[in-house]
Amino acid sequence: MPFLATTWFVLLGVLFTGYALLDGFDLGAGVVHLFVARTDLERRQVLNSIGPVWDGNEVWLITAGGALFAAFPIVYATVFSGFYLAMMLVLASLILRAISIEYRGKETAKWWRAGWDLGFSVGSGLVALLLGVALGNLLNGVALDAGGVYRGGLIGLLNPFSLVVGVLTLALAAQQGSAWLVLKTEGDLNARAHRAQIAAQVVVVIAWLGATVLAFAGNLPAVGNFKTNIAAWIGPVLVVNAIVFGLRATVMGQQFRAFVCSSLTIAALAITAGAALYPNLVPAAVDSRSLTIANAHSSDLTLQVMLVVALFGMPVVIGYTSYIYWKFKGKVRLDEASY
Amino acid sequence: MDVVQLSRLQFALTISFHFIFPSITIGLAGLIAVTETFRWYTKREVYDRMSVFLTKLFAVTFVIGVVSGVVMEFQFGTNWSTFSAYVGDIFGAPLAAEGVFAFFLESAFVGLVLFGRDRISSTVRWIAGLLVAFATLLSAFWILVANSFMQTPAGYTCSPDPACGPSTTKLVLTDFWAAVFNPSTLPRFFHTVAACYVAGAFFLVGVAAWYLLRQRHLDIARLSMTMGIIVAFLGSGAMFASGDLQTREVATYQPLKFAAMEGVCTTGSSVELAIFGLPPSQDCTTGALTVGVPAGLSLMMNLNPNSTIKGLDQQPDQSLWPPVAAPFIGFHTMVGLGALMMLIMTLGGFFLLKRSVEKHRWWLKLAVLAVPLPLLAIEIGWMVAEVGRQPWIVQGLMKTTAGVSPGVSSTDVAISIIGIVLLYALLFGLWLYSLGKEIRRGPEPAPSLIDAAASSAAAAKSAGGN
Ligand code: HDD
Ligand code: HEM
Ligand code: HEM
Repeated sequence: MPFLATTWFVLLGVLFTGYALLDGFDLGAGVVHLFVARTDLERRQVLNSIGPVWDGNEVWLITAGGALFAAFPIVYATVFSGFYLAMMLVLASLILRAISIEYRGKETAKWWRAGWDLGFSVGSGLVALLLGVALGNLLNGVALDAGGVYRGGLIGLLNPFSLVVGVLTLALAAQQGSAWLVLKTEGDLNARAHRAQIAAQVVVVIAWLGATVLAFAGNLPAVGNFKTNIAAWIGPVLVVNAIVFGLRATVMGQQFRAFVCSSLTIAALAITAGAALYPNLVPAAVDSRSLTIANAHSSDLTLQVMLVVALFGMPVVIGYTSYIYWKFKGKVRLDEASY
Repeated sequence: MDVVQLSRLQFALTISFHFIFPSITIGLAGLIAVTETFRWYTKREVYDRMSVFLTKLFAVTFVIGVVSGVVMEFQFGTNWSTFSAYVGDIFGAPLAAEGVFAFFLESAFVGLVLFGRDRISSTVRWIAGLLVAFATLLSAFWILVANSFMQTPAGYTCSPDPACGPSTTKLVLTDFWAAVFNPSTLPRFFHTVAACYVAGAFFLVGVAAWYLLRQRHLDIARLSMTMGIIVAFLGSGAMFASGDLQTREVATYQPLKFAAMEGVCTTGSSVELAIFGLPPSQDCTTGALTVGVPAGLSLMMNLNPNSTIKGLDQQPDQSLWPPVAAPFIGFHTMVGLGALMMLIMTLGGFFLLKRSVEKHRWWLKLAVLAVPLPLLAIEIGWMVAEVGRQPWIVQGLMKTTAGVSPGVSSTDVAISIIGIVLLYALLFGLWLYSLGKEIRRGPEPAPSLIDAAASSAAAAKSAGGN
């Protein structure tokens, strides 16, 4: 296996996982928004808890997309064009939720705020769901034709396994988002977020078991590695741990630990998904058409340049991002700069 | 329309829309950095209020730039997948670098400045302002690297056929710095960034003029007017200088685009410099109908009135010619707009020196009306650059028709275009509405005024009480 390309397979995993963890909590705040925040004040608290950071979190997706383009151009091209209408829906949902966050506070009329609240929730939920469905389709194997093109359209993406993975990512976002809100808020809002957190964790467990059963029952490409390689089981073992400790922390009201466990659940599931795909990026129904680390990577020079960019750039990014999270630590407080 | 035409339409729509917003925010970020520097250094409270106000205008524009930018990032893959697979080895790295070096920095510190102004010290706030401005420049740089590679590719080889014959399926990077600093990168970067500063400065001058006409927020309006006129004047000058550089670069590396821009059909000596007129027909059976400077183009390009200028006929195969009318009209309109903007700001600079800006109400009105001019010139300039590159998507290597996604149908693209048009219309409306709202509300009044109002109110109250 080419070493540089494999490194980039892992680094892409890190970038997409960073996105899932970070945008996960602000998407998730949107998913549970309508349920946990009832009054106008509470809804403003939700928005302001993510206000300073949601854009930075979304940059993880942009950067992961750019890195995928650079490291595995054919994968970027095949997946994004193949999932065309689904991608367009993701983009529209990202736009909808962003402008909902920004414009809700510009007027005080009830209908105005209620409309943007709905936009924020629906947009956030759709992003989490659709990205999960897309991931589900990769794990399910994509019907690439002889030219390496997927022509199944939007309907072709809606198979049971992928839908269950979509529900799983939606629930993960809700779990991450409510864990975040528990950390950042007080009072009734905090109590409702805590209940939402427990509910989301239950759905995560059910959806994960469902996806696992469907994958083994259908003998999907995703289960191959788990049958042949014991190391692949590291992911699922971590998932079980993170879920169990997460549930315990949540029930015992250990807010910070619950958030960490939620993040670890996402990371462990990402490792599981990575182990399921490896060495493919896009497993095809006809095996010889699969896009793999070996046949889809860029030139060594490009991968080296990108490695330098990542090794210099990302520590700095993580440094100042941590500084900014630290500056906004503690419960949200509203002031004149707030939404 | 077929998939190619629809995808081109979609790309043109989305990028033209996106670029309105970065143009303003790149310019405003620079102006905010200057204001912040004054605030930090002089500690005068008026700079504080001015910077807070400008940051509000920045914020409402920034968010639209962000949401429309995310669409751009993925559109290469969705609509131009063959192109993406073809150039990914080279094109992807600048896009990723833009994320790592620019977007993270920008979004992090914009968030800090907008939400955490009271949590950070004066110096950190100043540094954050500088970092935002710096990040906007970095993002412009990396995306322009990607675009410039499409215009003047360098630092690559073709695979599997090093001779770049028709069997080529992808480009492979051989020299990173040659690809980054390809022949058109620096001219394009200077010209585009100068254009953004001009756009930001015209915007600031327009807002200040509006306040001066209404006699509101005078302290901040005067400061903004001074700063805006200086930047807009210098920037407009820089447009000519960098535009000249760019014209020469195009003449060398994309001679057909140059011939179309200037409307030159036949190669010859002592070629006229067209100032305005009608473009030649696409097949050059009727030539351009123009008023211009005799032998001017020969003189300008080669400092010799008798020198030869290559026309479109240098390429006998007409199917490789770019559209002629659009680059011709676009180029002359851009230069004309540049001249008009220069004129407006020369007058402004003159009034500024004579300290009589506020007396010339007609000029203030003109300055308000002139706000969209740089944006118009910018959009038209890109039209020249991109349409003039046709029929190539990567100059000389890949045709635009070959770049589209094979699996995407024209129905798919038609659906997405309709969605995009509706959504973008909403975005544009929201932007105008919130911008208007912020401008009408204006900066916070000076504390001295608040104190004065409060004490006079208190005085009135105590007077009434007695
Ligand atoms: C405020 C906006 C503005 C103004 C006043 C001008 N330009 Fe410009 N021009 C741009 C904004 C712009 C731009 C949007 O930034 C472009 C599009 C692509 C690019 O690189 O810059 C551009 C493109 C562009 C190109 C095409 C480059 C290419 O195809 O690669 C040329 C040759 C010029 N410009 C030359 C000029 C000259 C000689 C001007 C004299 C005043 C001028 N521009 C004014
Ligand atoms: C097709 C090419 C382009 C792509 C793929 C693209 C991509 C993006 C993306 C993803 C964002 C959002 C970043 C965030 O979330 O913070 C963005 C915003 C931005 N883009 Fe673009 N962009 C393109 C064209 C341009 C051009 C030509 C310029 C400048 C010369 C530019 C300058 C900026 C800037 C400064 C921002 C920050 C947001 C703002 O200021 O409005 N972009 N772009
Ligand atoms: C904001 C500035 C830009 C504007 C206004 C602009 C405008 C356009 C227009 C009008 C077209 C359609 C041309 C035609 O086919 O007739 C086009 C195509 C295209 N542009 Fe740009 N462009 C801009 C910046 C960029 C940048 C920065 C990139 C690359 C990073 C880029 C890449 C492309 C691509 C891939 C196409 C599609 C292929 C084609 O039709 O040539 N553009 N652009």
